[in-house]
Amino acid sequence: MNWQHQTLQSLSKSLINKEISSLELCEFFLERMTRHQHLNAYLDVLPDQTREQAIRADQLRSQGLAGPLTGIPIAHKDVFVTKEWVTTAASKMLAGYKSPFNATVVAALGIPDDDQPQAAGMVCLGKTNMDEFAMGSSNENSAFGPALNPWDIRRVSGGSSGGSAVAVAAGLAPIATGTDTGGSIRQPAAFCGLTGIKPTYGRVSRYGMIAYASSLDQAGPIGKTAEDCALLLSAMAIHDPRDSTSLADSGEDYGRFLNQPWSEADVKKPLAGLRIGLPKEFFAEGLAHDVAQAVLAAKEQLQALGAFITEVSLPKTQLSIPVYYVLAPAEASSNLSRYDGVRYGHRASNYFDLMEMYQRSRSEGFGAEVKRRILIGSYVLSHGYYDAYYLQAQKIRRIIAADFAQAFTQCDVILGPVAPDVAWGLGDKTKDPLQMYLEDIYTLSANLAGLPAMSAPCGFSGDGLPIGMQLIGNYFSEARLLQVAHQYQQVSDWHLRRPEGMA
Amino acid sequence: MMKWEVVIGLETHTQLLTQSKIFSGASTQFGAQPNTQACAVDLALPGVLPVLNRQAVEHAIRFGLAIGAQISPRSIFARKNYFYPDLPKGYQISQYEIPVVVGGQIEIVVDGQTKVVELTRAHLEEDAGKSVHENFTGPHGEPASGIDLNRAGTPLLEIVTEPVMRSAAEAVAYAKALHSLVVWLGVCDGNMQEGSFRCDANVSVRPMGQTEFGTRCEIKNLNSFRFLEEAIQYEVRRQIELIEDGGTVVQETRLYDPDLQETRSMRSKEDAQDYRYFPDPDLLPLVIHSDWIEEIRAGMPALPATLRSQWQSEYGLSPYDSQILSQDRATADLFMELVRRLGAKHAKTVANFIAGDLASSLNRSNLSAHELPIDIAQIETLLNRSLDGTISNKIAKEIFILIWEGALVNKPAIPIDEIIEQRGLKQITDIGALEALVDGVLRANTKSVEEFKSGKEKAFNALIGQVMKASQGKANPQQLNELLRKKLQSG
Repeated sequence: MNWQHQTLQSLSKSLINKEISSLELCEFFLERMTRHQHLNAYLDVLPDQTREQAIRADQLRSQGLAGPLTGIPIAHKDVFVTKEWVTTAASKMLAGYKSPFNATVVAALGIPDDDQPQAAGMVCLGKTNMDEFAMGSSNENSAFGPALNPWDIRRVSGGSSGGSAVAVAAGLAPIATGTDTGGSIRQPAAFCGLTGIKPTYGRVSRYGMIAYASSLDQAGPIGKTAEDCALLLSAMAIHDPRDSTSLADSGEDYGRFLNQPWSEADVKKPLAGLRIGLPKEFFAEGLAHDVAQAVLAAKEQLQALGAFITEVSLPKTQLSIPVYYVLAPAEASSNLSRYDGVRYGHRASNYFDLMEMYQRSRSEGFGAEVKRRILIGSYVLSHGYYDAYYLQAQKIRRIIAADFAQAFTQCDVILGPVAPDVAWGLGDKTKDPLQMYLEDIYTLSANLAGLPAMSAPCGFSGDGLPIGMQLIGNYFSEARLLQVAHQYQQVSDWHLRRPEGMA
Repeated sequence: MMKWEVVIGLETHTQLLTQSKIFSGASTQFGAQPNTQACAVDLALPGVLPVLNRQAVEHAIRFGLAIGAQISPRSIFARKNYFYPDLPKGYQISQYEIPVVVGGQIEIVVDGQTKVVELTRAHLEEDAGKSVHENFTGPHGEPASGIDLNRAGTPLLEIVTEPVMRSAAEAVAYAKALHSLVVWLGVCDGNMQEGSFRCDANVSVRPMGQTEFGTRCEIKNLNSFRFLEEAIQYEVRRQIELIEDGGTVVQETRLYDPDLQETRSMRSKEDAQDYRYFPDPDLLPLVIHSDWIEEIRAGMPALPATLRSQWQSEYGLSPYDSQILSQDRATADLFMELVRRLGAKHAKTVANFIAGDLASSLNRSNLSAHELPIDIAQIETLLNRSLDGTISNKIAKEIFILIWEGALVNKPAIPIDEIIEQRGLKQITDIGALEALVDGVLRANTKSVEEFKSGKEKAFNALIGQVMKASQGKANPQQLNELLRKKLQSG
């Protein structure tokens, strides 16, 4: 049985029908993980801990205490702290670090305990590779080597949640968690032919998620289908009193609209009444022809499903890059100050005094991109530069959000590409960080505005590499975005394609 | 010789009285083993986030209301970034541009003159941990520095004045008034030894009459009123001498050394760090609705200034007595309770008792009013027996000391009336008994009687003393006075 191709719904059914136990399912994935180790999708795997959790999940099931996700394996991005698995955020700085507590997301999805009696009961397969401290768009900034794209292992997986995308695309996990600060769920999902959603800022708790840029970071699922993402998001998005920016619990089932028509007025065409906006700035110079064609073809299909297409404008799209690369490094420079070698993490073995201990520990512990962003961030917050950079960026951030608000008076969902191009070759852009930053142009603005946005497969390039389309919705419209993607996935099969050689 | 004017502004860090820390659930109890009261949030482990303590905000609002300040409807927490081992996150969360409390004033009395000290602001922030440099060794016995993070995250309210004080005495008077107010409000325990209340003084001097300020120095971490006074006095002398010798004051941070009684340079303005302040994205703006403020206002204790004017107008107390009775809440509560029990017409008696016998006993036993060892009902009965003439004033004092000392060694309390009865301490009010005593004394002291008759008024007092002695202090002084004078004049 090709369990790796099954959706969560199908796995859930098989578990209920006792076609397979959680333990057997985990053994299946553990074996695949070993076999495809060269993809470098995982940073820490503890088979015994996985088995132990699977046995607990099977017990819960036999006691009649199983929910829809109980016993289904999941991979967690290494940015979420875990008690059993080492958590490094792919940094040498945290090599070997074990957290005394589980991130709220990990606890909410894991085996129920006294703290989380309502937990979903999923089984952790391990921690996935990523760009160091989630800074990067290719997973090449991992201190432990890049995760390789299963569609072409000479290509990048995307980032920063590259390991999670690779794990799901290669069938090394049914689904995975990711985080998205400037596109880190959507872009690797697009590069690996997957579906991923970054919810509205505040939906998913950031407690236990190693902070990169606190006002932009948001966790979400990376899976094979919109339906899978809806199921996982419903279990992830809970209110957390330990995160002051956590939204009140809406108790939402994010899958409730999946099979509903958009509007009750016209049930024959499932998306009749939906207004899709195409921002002209998203289809301007710099967009690869293959990508543009695939997204426009998807537009046609959505139109065929009844959607009304209109052009909208997001005039400050270009500015999202400088704004993001001021604000995110500013927050990062402060968030990463705690890694000072004093209490935990890497400490240089030789130093003369306190200052040298700081300097050496941090110089040795952080990679080049992390250092670059700490420098940028410290600079833009410095006395005399703060107004010109940080404050100015905050002002434009508000204008970007206002542009979206304006666009959403004309449409319900914005459609565009996720990235300007498909997965590039390993090493192609590592020499030029600015070139890499430009790859984030279509994804950054949703983070800056705090809007929900998702990526879904919509075609392949001439080289046979996956292309993703991006759907951006208004605040709290996750269920609607998933509905659009799900309806699209009912009439397309891009999301069903699997990379070759991953048997 | 030039005359100099001293300009002082104070920044006071008051530790807010909360169960848990300002952004975590760890306990704020003082004195625990190092690092036993620091949780994941205080240690700044990867992934942790701050959550604001509601009680800390309530304390800030309460303080703001007490000084007539504005409570900001929306204030912002910022990050102050710097590296130090006792600062686990590498930044301190503090309010920077928009503090929770703006303005306000505190009244002080110096040399009988009342002065208003204007406040600039008061803002919430977290304390850092402590570095232990002394008597600390590493694992191999080598000298080392230790870090105790128990204090990290303790809520502080930093209270900042305008540069309006003009002498060390005014600064101390302000610090004392502020100290008594925050303790009165229950927002701070006021324990200066434990660091719950510590002052930084900004000191400058300028030629008398000059309007612009001189260059200031900031003296950090003064944790006693005496150090505050000494440090300012030293610093003022230093600055004046420096300028008069042709030098200039350099803006810098200084530390006070109480052993040498001098201030020393800690770091100059040039070394000042760039703290790269920016709003903390982990915390939402602190929004305070007016109904929350009103709720806190409704639960506020009466303020000392209000009570003082009330007592002066209703009971005719002197400003001095009112000041003593309102020095802390326990004293004021005791006064008000005794007045309630004995009646307003005896307020003056109660005031005299508290300011006199009680104050000296507390002082002698090194206790404060909230540690009163005896029951208030005992005091009530004692004062009543004195007021109704059952016992003399002198006897009342003796009984008070008796029950006080008994209570200190945990003797079971004996009812006042029983003490009076058993020890026969009732005032002699029977005129016959008194006459017998007087006659006896007159007979035995013919010399004094002669002296009195020859015009020596002093002899009269000696005779009174003799009768008192014979009565074991139980004679009613007024009655005795009248009787003795009558006898001497008639005899």
